[in-house]
Amino acid sequence: MSVSRKEVEYVASLARLDLLPEEKESITQQFNVILDYIQRLKELNLSGVEPTTHVQQLKNVFREDRSEEKGRELLPEVLEEAPDSARGLFKVPPVIEEES
Amino acid sequence: MDYYKMSAAEAAGALQNKEVTSQELTASVLRRIGEVEEEIQGFITLLDENETLLEAEKIDKARASGESLSLLAGVPMALKDNLCTRGIPTTCASKILRKYRPPYDAHVVEKLKETGTVLVGKANLDEFAMGSSTENSAYYTTRNPWDTTRVPGGSSGGSAALVAAGEVFFALGSDTGGSVRQPASLCGVVGLKPTYGLVSRYGLIAFASSLDQIGPLTRDIRDCALVMDVIAGHDPRDSTSVPREKENYTDYLGRDVKGLKVALPRDYFEEGINAEVKKVVMEAVRKCSGLGMEIEEVSMPYTSCALPAYYLVATAEASSNLARYDGVQYGYRAAEAKNLLSLYKKTRNEGFGPEVKRRIMLGTYSLSSGYYDAYYLQSLKARTLIREDFQKVFENYDFIVTPTSPTVAFKAGEKTDDPLTMYLSDICTITANLAGVPAISIPCGFVDGMPVGLQVLGRPFDEGRIFQFCYALESLLGVRNQLPEVNVKRGG
Amino acid sequence: MSHEYEIIIGLEVHAELQTKSKIFCSCPNSFGQKPNTNVCPVCLGLPGSLPVFNESALDLALKAALALNCEISTFSRFDRKNYFYPDLPKAYQISQYDFPVARNGYLDVVKEGETIRRIRIDRLHLEEDAGKLQHDPSGSSSYVDFNRCGVPLMEIVSAPDLRSPEEARLYLESLKRILLYTGTSDCKMEEGSLRCDANISLRPVGSKEFGAKVEIKNMNSFKAVQKGLEYEVYRQEKLLREGERVYQETRRWFEEQGITLEMRGKEEEKDYRYFPEPDLPPLNITAERVRKIRELLPELPVQRASRYIEEYQLTPYQAEVITSSQGLADFFEETLKGYRDAQKVSNWLLGDVLKLVNEQGGEIGVLSFQPVHLAELLSLLDEGVISGRTAKEVLEETFQTGKAPREVVQAKGLVQISDEKSLLNVIDKVLAENKGAVEDYTSGNKKALAFLVGSTMKHTKGQANPQLVQQLLRQRLDG
Ligand SMILES: [Mg+2]
Ligand SMILES: [Zn+2]
Repeated sequence: MSVSRKEVEYVASLARLDLLPEEKESITQQFNVILDYIQRLKELNLSGVEPTTHVQQLKNVFREDRSEEKGRELLPEVLEEAPDSARGLFKVPPVIEEES
Repeated sequence: MDYYKMSAAEAAGALQNKEVTSQELTASVLRRIGEVEEEIQGFITLLDENETLLEAEKIDKARASGESLSLLAGVPMALKDNLCTRGIPTTCASKILRKYRPPYDAHVVEKLKETGTVLVGKANLDEFAMGSSTENSAYYTTRNPWDTTRVPGGSSGGSAALVAAGEVFFALGSDTGGSVRQPASLCGVVGLKPTYGLVSRYGLIAFASSLDQIGPLTRDIRDCALVMDVIAGHDPRDSTSVPREKENYTDYLGRDVKGLKVALPRDYFEEGINAEVKKVVMEAVRKCSGLGMEIEEVSMPYTSCALPAYYLVATAEASSNLARYDGVQYGYRAAEAKNLLSLYKKTRNEGFGPEVKRRIMLGTYSLSSGYYDAYYLQSLKARTLIREDFQKVFENYDFIVTPTSPTVAFKAGEKTDDPLTMYLSDICTITANLAGVPAISIPCGFVDGMPVGLQVLGRPFDEGRIFQFCYALESLLGVRNQLPEVNVKRGG
Repeated sequence: MSHEYEIIIGLEVHAELQTKSKIFCSCPNSFGQKPNTNVCPVCLGLPGSLPVFNESALDLALKAALALNCEISTFSRFDRKNYFYPDLPKAYQISQYDFPVARNGYLDVVKEGETIRRIRIDRLHLEEDAGKLQHDPSGSSSYVDFNRCGVPLMEIVSAPDLRSPEEARLYLESLKRILLYTGTSDCKMEEGSLRCDANISLRPVGSKEFGAKVEIKNMNSFKAVQKGLEYEVYRQEKLLREGERVYQETRRWFEEQGITLEMRGKEEEKDYRYFPEPDLPPLNITAERVRKIRELLPELPVQRASRYIEEYQLTPYQAEVITSSQGLADFFEETLKGYRDAQKVSNWLLGDVLKLVNEQGGEIGVLSFQPVHLAELLSLLDEGVISGRTAKEVLEETFQTGKAPREVVQAKGLVQISDEKSLLNVIDKVLAENKGAVEDYTSGNKKALAFLVGSTMKHTKGQANPQLVQQLLRQRLDG
């Protein structure tokens, strides 16, 4: 099984990466080497095996519904890190409502 | 006095006996940093020396006024730069988080602050902890103190090198597939990846959430136990942190190990293990029988599917964990983006290095529609088989012993062009993360003057007995707190 | 609407849960704060922060699910839904994919007191809300406020069982009533705590296959949902009649223009790359938990209405109007504790009381006018202490001031004079002053009695009990 450059471009757009042509080239190549290696998994008989999503047996980890205000205190530090902000809001290039 | 040569426990003892002050300890490591850091490059951020000394002075004053202090109070240390420190840059060695100052402290940072340890700086790593050599740092490669033409391992290479070079008494790292143990092995120090859920991940900048654990890098086993006494324990802010009674790990040191059973899995001594490394490890293993331990070979048949499973699980989670770096709230933002989409794409493409992009791509691919079942789901199932391999062995054995790394430290630049070969250097360590079990690397000898590490894996939450075993082995092998002569470049 | 095509509608409703704190952090679950002040590292999705699940969010979702007749999942878990948008700080939403907390429920749609259809509910799942975007009027920038991030939401997805835009609106009204009754959501569409997207397709009557499904967004009221769907029925039917194709797409409702338009950009793949959330252990919802929540379930509107018809002999119309709001129904029952005649309570409630409530623009039960007040007022009437006319005056006063009716009556001197002695004094005076009328009466003109009653009432400034006045006058005149 091999990955085409077009698939690499599709994946890059999902991941919001604007890969340069040479990056696309090298990633396509390396992808194929790595995926080839990953084919090992296919040799296993995994039918009937339950997937492990969490290694522990923990279940029902809850927080009590209690509120605590931190925002006002935090805001100056948080906004100082923002690449662009105004009036306490994070500023971004125009978003057309439809774009998502 | 060269106090920096002491172990953390020795330094702590000297502080308690008032043979030394924290300011003197701190001054000693700062001098050492002045001598070797230019060559080692283990720090990304070195805190202002005067402020560091001021912190030390506070502890000294508290001690002088008779305040009861924790054992490690006043001991200088470093943190891997993916642990959040309020107001102090936390970069993950990435351009995308250059100068980023979190507004809060990680759980482990809070614990160390409560203890009164003195933070000297933030240690280098592979960008977002993705790598095995620190060569993926966006800033610079850290050098191995035993031979500065070689890598210190990774991704906690900065932490390991700083401990080995005497620049700090101990450091914290994070381990997703061997990122604490492999650099510990390559730098000749002790490195522990705790049981998943033992140390809170709150404030650890995530690489792969189901695999990440924070662990100490130290000069010997006692130091490791001491640090674990501080950082282990339940934290309600991490839902995967396991609520259980707090242990005192130093209590295990010195207990008899007679009769404990060690499993030696063949599967870890085959693929790609350097013959010299294997020899040194096997010699150390043989000596265990002198401690009255039983050693038997076992088979863990699913070991060979660990690496592919690991790379799918880790990259899938990483692709999601690293999606938040988009130039909106913090960190790097590409200039001149006309619209939102180009802001995202340019920011991310310019902000991430090649290895990070490669992994985001692989992870995105394996989760995308049409491939989930073929890749991601398969890897979760393989993970089950690997876990079961461990469960079976631990029914009959107390520990599993393997090499930590298939080779000693390699030359800088040697593997950078070939990701797969680089990935293979994690072959012995990734299974512990997939299964969630604790694993430690301790020095066990040398090949060509470079340290070799031996890995001990145990049952979940059996860190105490791992320390018990390793403490005995460490004194038998005479390998604790060995510092290299760093070739200090002088002048020009 | 013709009978050529069958309309197939399914609704996806997002309702904010009424918890004290957010779903994965302890920030208050509140509305209307200064931008970015109701946040913390967790809901801002800052690097290194981790979610911890709010137990109340689970219990409220389960309560709603039980009220919607759902099966509760024993095993449930969270997944990550990955997509980029500036209001989504982690670039993934913690949601539920293949193991929602509940499935397979139904909702009875009610119209004018009668159940008209049973609509199946596919699933109910939990997720976190996103922030809010503001747009520069000049179009040069947008701004993000993260206050709403992490507010707990339940998403309720109906089966494609709805067959008309009106039914869709009625479904929403019934759903809202249930959520309000269970106290799980405040359902304020204007504050965004209830949101609805619709899927609609048409197919020739008798056909088994579904037509192309169109998703409609941005309908900000129940009326808008009906109007948006009506427009879409018209548009799709026209296309089909003319032999054209309906494309599967997402369209946006424009309230002012009354049309839907295709949303640009939405055509990009919806590849959300769902996978199990590693930061949150799965849920094991025990039978014990479900039992406890079931015990907390209130009587739901449909059950309550039929009980009123049976127990109090209300008409279906009265029963539906009273149970349309839990506050009103509670008020009704609370009043009955102090006053037994359900018909009278119902008449007053649906008449004068609701009129005043609407005038004041408040909410019944929350206003200063309380059930004890109505019970007291009706008792005063029965006891003859006040007249019906005075009662309306007292009601208004109690509404304004919150003073108990008895107090109002006393303070304003509105007490009906029922004391015979003092009334007889007045009557004797009236008789002395109106000799002519007395003569008329004794000579057989019985209308003169009404005049004498009126004069007595005038003398007492309307405070006399008219029945008693009449009775005493007769005694005097006839005796
Ligand atoms: Mg949703
Ligand atoms: Zn929050």
